[in-house]
Amino acid sequence: MNAIVISAIWGVVMMFSGIFSRNNAVIRGTALTGLALLILVNILEMNGVLLFKVNLHGMLYFDSFNLLFNTIAFGSTFLYAILSGRDMEKVGKSVSDYFALIFFILCGVSISSSFNTLLMLFLGIEIMSIPLYILTGTDKRNLKSNEASLKYFLMGSFSTGLMLMGITLIYGAKGSFSLDTISLGTGALTPMVSAGLLLLLFSMSFKVSAAPFHFWTPDVYDGAPTVFTSFMATIIKSAGFIAFLRLFDDAFGEMHPHWQLVVSIVTAATLIIGNITAVFQQSVKRMLAYSSIAQAGFMMFALVALNNLGRQGLIFYTAAYSIATIGVFAVLIKMKDYTFEGFNGLAKRQPVLAATTAIFLLSLAGIPGTAGFMAKFYMLAAAVSNGHVMWLVIVGVLCAAISVYYYFRVIQAMYFKEGDAQEMEVSSTFKALLVIMAAIVVLLGLFPHWLLDKLNYFF
Amino acid sequence: MIPVLLIVIPLLSGLAAFFLKGEKGVKTWALLSTVITLAVSLLGLTVLNKAANLHTEVEWLPLLGSKFSVGMDGMGQVLCLLTAVAFPMIFVATWNSSYKNAHNFYAFMLLSQAGLMGVFLAYDALLFYFFWELALIPAYFLCSQWGGEKRIAVTFKFFIYTFIGSLLMLVGIIYLYLHTPDQSFALESFYKAVLTPKEQGWVFWLFFIAFAIKMPVFPFHTWQPDTYEQSPTAVTMVLSGVMVKMGLFGVLRWLAPVLPMATWLNGDTVALLCVIGMIYASLIAMQQDDLKRLIAYSSIAHMGLMCMAIFVTSDQGLQGVMIQMFNHGINIIGMWIVVELIERQMHTRKISELGGLAQKAPGLAIMLVVVALANVALPLTNAFIGEFLLFSGVFNSTVSKVGYVFAAAGGVTIILSAVYTLNMIQRVFFGNTNTLTGTMRDIKFNERFVLGVLVIVILVIGVYPRPFLELTQGSVDTILSRMIIKHPS
Repeated sequence: MNAIVISAIWGVVMMFSGIFSRNNAVIRGTALTGLALLILVNILEMNGVLLFKVNLHGMLYFDSFNLLFNTIAFGSTFLYAILSGRDMEKVGKSVSDYFALIFFILCGVSISSSFNTLLMLFLGIEIMSIPLYILTGTDKRNLKSNEASLKYFLMGSFSTGLMLMGITLIYGAKGSFSLDTISLGTGALTPMVSAGLLLLLFSMSFKVSAAPFHFWTPDVYDGAPTVFTSFMATIIKSAGFIAFLRLFDDAFGEMHPHWQLVVSIVTAATLIIGNITAVFQQSVKRMLAYSSIAQAGFMMFALVALNNLGRQGLIFYTAAYSIATIGVFAVLIKMKDYTFEGFNGLAKRQPVLAATTAIFLLSLAGIPGTAGFMAKFYMLAAAVSNGHVMWLVIVGVLCAAISVYYYFRVIQAMYFKEGDAQEMEVSSTFKALLVIMAAIVVLLGLFPHWLLDKLNYFF
Repeated sequence: MIPVLLIVIPLLSGLAAFFLKGEKGVKTWALLSTVITLAVSLLGLTVLNKAANLHTEVEWLPLLGSKFSVGMDGMGQVLCLLTAVAFPMIFVATWNSSYKNAHNFYAFMLLSQAGLMGVFLAYDALLFYFFWELALIPAYFLCSQWGGEKRIAVTFKFFIYTFIGSLLMLVGIIYLYLHTPDQSFALESFYKAVLTPKEQGWVFWLFFIAFAIKMPVFPFHTWQPDTYEQSPTAVTMVLSGVMVKMGLFGVLRWLAPVLPMATWLNGDTVALLCVIGMIYASLIAMQQDDLKRLIAYSSIAHMGLMCMAIFVTSDQGLQGVMIQMFNHGINIIGMWIVVELIERQMHTRKISELGGLAQKAPGLAIMLVVVALANVALPLTNAFIGEFLLFSGVFNSTVSKVGYVFAAAGGVTIILSAVYTLNMIQRVFFGNTNTLTGTMRDIKFNERFVLGVLVIVILVIGVYPRPFLELTQGSVDTILSRMIIKHPS
């Protein structure tokens, strides 16, 4: 609750900071203070300190699971803001507004991770999405950015409509919006419930860009200013998954056998389409867009399995995936040429950048010793222990092997190919931060319980 | 204590090497580190050879039930010794080669040594998997950065191949882990995992494909000749001398004793694949004009024999595998050193362009002949002991009903190996010199030293293999008792 209130207030603060100061450094400082504050109050809440006494009437529900996720989301945003905050200035003049939108999104993130009724879910997802439509279109004079924004808005509204329809049907069948009530009763599947369930599944799949609802992703990720793509592909996607899991776990957990097959098929399709299409990309930015679809496929394992390993794994996956992707994007933003050739010979010019990017990519590919491996490990373990989806596990494993192809192409370009990597300005703080993030990736890969212990008392 | 040191010394010195400057300094640093590792490993075999020194267990991932558990039995000791011996040998033998960005090269070499040590020492499946990959990643960077012309594509193929294998193995590990009574990755718990024969059957293949790709066993071998050819020779030595043993070791530690029933049931199938691979590789080796490819194919044949012996399990056969893993490592490193010496001076590996080297480099020729004879398993050399045990093990096997067929078919490859090895010696070292080989000079002191040591090892083991066999008897008994072929004495 702390975080929801503070993030909303700070969003307003950021809007006005643009009026009081024209100095971007001040604005950025304000935003970073706000993010630090958000992390702080959220950790306080994890330890039982509540700043606001609000009677929630069971609309929201807080436990270590979603609070830990909030911490991860705010922490990643913090890292993202330090790394790439400066690059927002290149997009347009109204930096304060961008930050304001990001804070509103964070408010949406915390609502959609802690909803306890379908209404709150809807609210959270919308608060998250609408500022995002704007951020996608911030590069006003760029046709592609406009196209992306419009496309995202239209497709997003459409899926929102589906979600509302689904919520209505569920309400009609169960007589309540509350997850607790919905989960009550038998797992019997009336036509109304199953229609509602499917519509919710589709709309959530759309939000997390699972196939076959992923068609907007490459265009939107490619068209949006790269700074914001980074934010979209990581924190927002993770939040979508947490909401997805909470919805299907808390409300429809009883009916798991009925929808497991559908979700498994969606998962397999996401893995296959994401990975295979990523192989053929020529631009690293587009490759990362498809890779985010592919990674979404792995996160779906948590839903397919629906057990403790999956829940722990999803939390861990969001952290591992967000940090690594933010890191890769931060380097990509500094580049002028987004093709694979643009990375040729980077290792010679910028050894630190190349080494840290390599670690992030190894993590995304799931090589042991990095956080990405532990994340994939948890997902595979969850699916294997479920016992019904061994075929999906094998598909996942083969897709993970395919993913090595496109991640390693970047490493090959950086290290083994000759070329004049482009000139770029990077400060030593930027490098230091990348090194810290790479260290986090490695340490989490070796000692995942440092993060997961925070969940322990819950499970 | 000893196992931890064996992993930590190369790991830390490897990480430090990234930050060193100057080629000479880095070389000395790397050599020093590997010599210390060798010393520790020898200490573990002699003075400190007590159970308390050879096993260490520390909490690692309490949530998952995985421990940092390392230790060495006889088999582990032999393979660690091989790893510890191989690296200083390689560094000394290639002392005169120079590499671009030498600090990175040596850093990756040391890291791969750490990974290999970890694989041979791990008693925890997840830890084993970690090290399995840790050994692969440096090899990937080494081959892609310092290899031949087609290095990037070839190494990539190698990487993807092994990575698919390891992921399948990971699924197998997870499956077994979830079926252990105490949800743990420890080897002891894996022994207790309860699986139906059907489950054992397909978990077996998940593991076996990973190991088969690594060894490599026909039909998973296609990455190997290309990779050996394109890698810098120092790396090829690591790959073929030590790294392929990971596959055999994996079968001996994590497959045969853990899934004894499936190993038994699939024994003949795997042995058949091995026999096909042996004959096929030997025939191709006879056609090769490139020295590196010739040795690569001969290695497939040798590995096939060892793998076959494991799967038609018998006491003698397993003892043969243990000692032959060491011998094959020593012999093939010797062969590669000779190739490296020729290539560095002649700038070619084509057999057809060489000839008469013995006149110009008699020292090299003597060394090569001994190593090559060991490669064809002549009596008095180490490989004779190994291959004799292997063949008699296969022949007398109680597990396979057609052991004698396998032994006979495998025996043909011994003859074939004599054909291509002796033919190679004749065409490269004897005959008349041509304009190219006329410029050949004999080997330098460091090269003479390394080859001399190898020759001594070859002959000593060939004459007096007993200490080795006694060392590994314990490991063999464990495997056999798990497979209920022999009760522990």
